[in-house]
Parts: sequence; C-alpha cells; structure tokens
Amino acid sequence: MPSAEPIIELKNITKDFALGGMFFNKTLLRAISGVSLKLHTGRALSLVGESGSGKSTIARLIARVYALTEGEITFHNRPIAAMKRQELAEYRSDVQMIFQDPFGSLNPVHSIGYHLVRPLTLHNRGLSREDVKQKAYEMLEQVGLSPAADFIDRKPHELSGGQRQRVAIARALCANPKVLLADEPTSMLDVSVRLGILNLLADLKDKHGLSTLYITHDIATARYFSEDIAVMYAGHLVESGPSEAITSTPRHPYTQLLIRSVPNPAREDDPTSQRRATDIPLWTPKSIGCPFVSRCPLATDICRQTMPKETPIAAGHNVRCHHV
Amino acid sequence: MSSDPLMQVQNLTVDYVTEDGIARAVNDVSFDIAKGEAFGLAGESGCGKSTVAFALARLTRLPGLVSGGQITFDGEDVLALTGQNLQNYRWNKVSFVFQSAMNALNPVIPVSEQILDVIEAHKAGDAAFSRARAIEMFELVGIHPDRLDDYPHQFSGGMRQRICIAIALCLQPKLIIMDEPTTALDVVVQRDIIDQINELKNQFGFSILFITHDLGLMIEFCDRIGVMYSGELVEVNDAKTIFTAPQHPYTIALGKSFPPLSGPRVRLEGIRGAPPSPMNLPTGCSFQPRCAKAIDVCATKPANLEAQSDGGLARCHLLNP
Repeated sequence: MPSAEPIIELKNITKDFALGGMFFNKTLLRAISGVSLKLHTGRALSLVGESGSGKSTIARLIARVYALTEGEITFHNRPIAAMKRQELAEYRSDVQMIFQDPFGSLNPVHSIGYHLVRPLTLHNRGLSREDVKQKAYEMLEQVGLSPAADFIDRKPHELSGGQRQRVAIARALCANPKVLLADEPTSMLDVSVRLGILNLLADLKDKHGLSTLYITHDIATARYFSEDIAVMYAGHLVESGPSEAITSTPRHPYTQLLIRSVPNPAREDDPTSQRRATDIPLWTPKSIGCPFVSRCPLATDICRQTMPKETPIAAGHNVRCHHV
Repeated sequence: MSSDPLMQVQNLTVDYVTEDGIARAVNDVSFDIAKGEAFGLAGESGCGKSTVAFALARLTRLPGLVSGGQITFDGEDVLALTGQNLQNYRWNKVSFVFQSAMNALNPVIPVSEQILDVIEAHKAGDAAFSRARAIEMFELVGIHPDRLDDYPHQFSGGMRQRICIAIALCLQPKLIIMDEPTTALDVVVQRDIIDQINELKNQFGFSILFITHDLGLMIEFCDRIGVMYSGELVEVNDAKTIFTAPQHPYTIALGKSFPPLSGPRVRLEGIRGAPPSPMNLPTGCSFQPRCAKAIDVCATKPANLEAQSDGGLARCHLLNP
C-alpha cells in the first residue's frame, strides 16, 4: 500500500437526493452513505457495483457537480467545498472527467481541433495561437491518433467510437490534470477496442503520474486496469482493497456473489446461484442495518439492526460485514 | 453438423439499400440449429448478427432486404410464408426476446394485457384459459401472479426481461431467438436470468438462437457457436473448442479482448483498428487490415469457409491454404 498522503480523500461522505414532496413530507433518497476513500498519485482505484449503487454519484461529488450532504472531500488536504474563484478554477483543471458516451460528449458541429483548442486556451492562459495548435497536435499523438493532421479537422461523426473516446481523453489531458475520473469509459465501445482504451489510460497514468478513478460494473476489467478496487452496494462501500485480494479472496457476501456471477468459461464448478436476485433496496436517511440483508445468505438479526463497521482483514483490505 | 436440424439457414444474404448504394450486412451465412440446441452468434456491433435474427423472424423491413438464401424451419420454407401461415410461424413456432426489455413492453397498458394479447392472437381459447396460461407463465419465470395487472414501470429491468421471456414462452415455441437478452442488465441479474433460461430449456426442450457480443457468456451458455465478422461467419464450432482451441485469428483476438478474473495479470492488446463499414469493405479477407497474422494473399483474395480437422468451419487463408 502507498504510504504517501492521498491526493484526494473522501471522509465519511453522504449524499441525499430529494425524490419529491415538499417541506415536511419531503422524500429523500440516500445515494451515498458514509463512504471514505483515498485516491493516490500514480495509482488507479476502481469503483465497482451495479447500476444505482452510487458509483457515478461519487465521481460527480468529486468533480463538484453535486454538493455534499455530509462529510468532506479534500484535495491535497484542502476541502473542495471551501474553494472559490481562482482556487476552484485550478481544481477544475486538476480534476478532469471522461464520460461513458463518446457519441454524446463531443459536439457534432465542431471539429476535433476545436474540442482541444478550447480547453487548451481556457486552462493555459498566455499561450500563443501557434503554441496552442502545436499542443493540440501533441495531445492527439499522445492518445494514439496519429498522424494528428489527419484528425484535427475532422468532425466527430467521421470517427469510430474508439477514436472518439480517444479524443475525449485528449481533451481531458489538455487541462494538464492530476486526477482523471473515468465513468464507464469503455462500456459503449465495441468489445475489440475496449482494451485499447484501457491500455491507453494505463499508459497515461504511468507517464503523467495521474491518479485515476475508474468506474465500472465489470469487475474483470477493474482487476485488469487498477491497483485497488472498492465495491459499492446501495450507496455503501462494502469491501475495498488491492485488486488481486478482492478478486481472488473476496470476503463480503456481495463481492462473492458479484464474482460468482461473472461469465467465466474456465470455471469448473456449477455457479448456479441459490437464491433469486432481488432489487437493490431504496435507501433513505431513516433506513437502518446492512443494505445487503435481503439477499445475503449469512444474514442474522444484527444485520437488520446496524450497519457493520469497516474491519481490516489484511493489509489495506477492509470489509463491512458482521460475519467476517 | 447436427443430425436433426430444426432450423436450417442456407446462404442467407441481407442487404440494406441506402442512398449511397447497397450495404451487404449479412453475406452468405449458413448454419443450422438442432432440436434442443442452444446455438450462439457472436461478434461485435455491426457484424450482422441481429440482422440474421431479424431475417429469421421475418422482421426484415426496408431499407433491409433479404436478397438471397433459404431458411427452412421444420421442413417449411420460412421466406415463402404468407398470411395465416406466417402468423402461425411467429410465436407459435418461433418467438423472440429482444435486448431492450425496458422498451419492448408498452408502458401505458398493464403487462397482463400484453401477455393475453399474444395468447389470444395466436391460439384459440376463451379468456379464462388465456388468463390461466398467463398466471402459469408468471410463476414459471418467478414473478408473483398478483403482479400480473401491474404496469411495466412498476417492475425492475430484470423483471421486465423475465416478463419478455414469459411472453416468448407462453405458446411453447420450438425455437426462441434471444438477441442480447441480458446486455442491459447487471451481472448478478444476468446470471439469474441465464440460469432460469437454462432450467426452462431443460424442462421444455426448446432450441435457442442466442446472440451476444459477450463471448464468455456465450461459451458458458451455448452448445455451438458461430463467430461473425462484417456480415460473414468466420468460424463455427462447438462452444468448448471455441474457448480452448479457437482457429480463426479473429476468434482468438476476440477471446483475448476480455480480461480474465483469475490467473496472472498480463497486458492484453485487444484488436487494433476498428470494424470496417459495410459500405467500404477492404479487398480480400475483410478482417485482413486488423489481422496480426495477415499474409500477402489475404489482401487480394477472399477466404472461403472450409471444414477443419477439429470438426469446425473456419474462413482463413492461413488455415485453408
């Protein structure tokens, strides 16, 4: 485990969304419940969980798209909620997002060059027009779109999905970021080009010492790409630790279920699940106990009463379960 | 080849007519599906696998056009069916489960009506019989019959997909075409539904045409697999061989595009480049520009799908010199 201090730290954060109603009968949904995480320079952390588990909400909280309900997120020990003006502008260039859909995240009426020149001029004031153009070429080469001259004047619709996602990555790099938040960057792409994008992100992470948050529902690519994995269930962090430990010796019943569910032709045993999947519970500020209790084969009375504390079971490997 | 084919597809060719010319989405595809067999079509988006499914269901609409080949189901010429015979073929003999469970059900009418509609349109019987059948189907896919009169939005994605499976099963067809039935679902729900389809298949003995891009899932679920690339079958073999000893460079590369959950963490390369546009296919073998093993002849001469020593079929100059 890295000993250096984290670049971004999530301290017991909680996020509620209003579902409807007003004043006294307002219905709240607790999307994130007491999550603590650390992002380190030059390392990748994967957030794994099913849809609705709160993975993307965490990325948006870090990017300050949403405001926190409780808790604190710090960047170099400085709370991001307190940032204003110049400091906030710098934070926004230090933390860049890559979105799932490269068909929707690029503007169809602008050229590839425009998508890069905009952030380059916004985040590097004082560069001459020639320098900006030069840098745009470099960015394209860096993400494997070479020769850059072939791409710079094209429109997004002339590129394939994989190439568009490379443009989105180049655009994020234009701000010279220290942290990349990649929200399902490969799930809309053809299977054969997904690994190319993951390999590119891994190379950039090593080359620039980027701290990367990789959000995915595919635990196999999480293991392939990242050093650490954090597993989310209904807004709770249920297990976190080194990727190898999480995938080879999962301890939380949900992580075990998740790994057993992944198609794996190499598996010898019969993976038939014992019980039928039920829905993720709707979590509200009034909910108590462990959110996984309705699906958990180990559930007992205490699980219905209190959410277990995070328990370390090996170096950096933490589990939240009463029965571990 | 299987001994007792239920459905035979011979030299199927499907074109899309566009303003800029004709795009050949499916080119000379032949395979058959035996009784009780799960046959898989694997490949990336745009390789023509869904177009094959639509042609088999006789759902090809302009600008799509079945321009060649023959489809035989239980001795019947499917492409020649009209009127009552065609209606009898759909749902009574062959039914479908499509990818977007969220959109396949009409949101403004209760699901009960949508199941009853299928039963009443295709089978004679009174209302009480249809209702009893619908309740039976709900129980079969593990949803409480009390929820029969609920609207689609009151169910989760997994349950809606199960309802679609119930609708596909209610007339006891001999073949169910499943086009990416679990792609929009989470892995845990996917596992649950796949297990359930397996159980039902063992119970009723229907055949399945299973379509997905997830090769791992397909190898687990299917008996035999055909791998498609830009409208052509490039390899056909039993699922086990596709996993342990794939022959075609595309199948090998596709297999290496899914990182494993166990074993050493090694760098995998995926496949360079992108699939070709059907409007602008490369000369020779269509996989040749992305193939790491391409030789000179690959760029000039198309390869043929030929029998291999392991009992399968493959389309590659390296394997069929």
